Amino acid sequence: MFDAEEVRTFVQGTVHFFETATGHAATVGSPYLCIDKSAVVQDYAGVIGISGNREGKVYFTAPRGMLSVMLMCMNETDTGEQNVRDLVGEVANTISGNARRDFGRNFVISTPTVCDRTNASTAAATTGRSFVIPINWRSYAANVVVCLQ
Amino acid sequence: MSAVPKPRQQMRMMIVDDSNVMRRRIERSQQNDLLEVVGTAVNGLDAVTKFKQLMPDVMTLDLTMPEMDGIECVEHVIKIKPDVLILVVSALADKATAVEAIEKGANGFLCKPFTDDQLNEALAELIGE
Repeated sequence: MFDAEEVRTFVQGTVHFFETATGHAATVGSPYLCIDKSAVVQDYAGVIGISGNREGKVYFTAPRGMLSVMLMCMNETDTGEQNVRDLVGEVANTISGNARRDFGRNFVISTPTVCDRTNASTAAATTGRSFVIPINWRSYAANVVVCLQ
Repeated sequence: MSAVPKPRQQMRMMIVDDSNVMRRRIERSQQNDLLEVVGTAVNGLDAVTKFKQLMPDVMTLDLTMPEMDGIECVEHVIKIKPDVLILVVSALADKATAVEAIEKGANGFLCKPFTDDQLNEALAELIGE
């Protein structure tokens, strides 16, 4: 079940990060339902677990090239593995912070974890269907994936 | 003859964040001549240890960190140096978190993500410039 207000909060958090941190706005593509239970994971994903009033996961996933260019736009010259993972975690942190602000503390949100293709099961939707929202930035495409019961 | 104002002394600043990207961003973006970055720490525990050695005047502090979070870190460093100026820099955007940090002894709150201008304005306000 997807609540439009909840999805909007997650997407706005992501879009806000792009615009503020990189100075380049992102646009939101057409959302779709993913009925396949395997995780929609690009090169990296920042995952937050949600419990309390709602149960499930929300994650931001992006290709390595996009993350490298984001770092460059932030004047970061080191686009190595650690910084790429840090960046994905920061985007997930922002989504998490926005959710706490909008939903209150009854919505229990975990500290983000970062995974890549090799341990994508961390991000895999465990139950139900996932709602995938494409985030387009420059020539790249990332996704915000919402899987809540 | 009017008195020449005495130049303000440079203040020592420490950056605490578990994200290397954020530590480097703050260090690179801060352009206040009155602030000199003297150290960084990767979590609250690391911050308390380094704080005792460096005794900074100003600290930027993330809240969500492993080992020891930012709120607990504030409690520790305030005991070591009560007049330290702390700017919390966190993605936790809810008012309750900001209020809790201020109640514990932090002096300012900057929400992530931030622009360079927002960071510099927050630091200038923190040190009363």
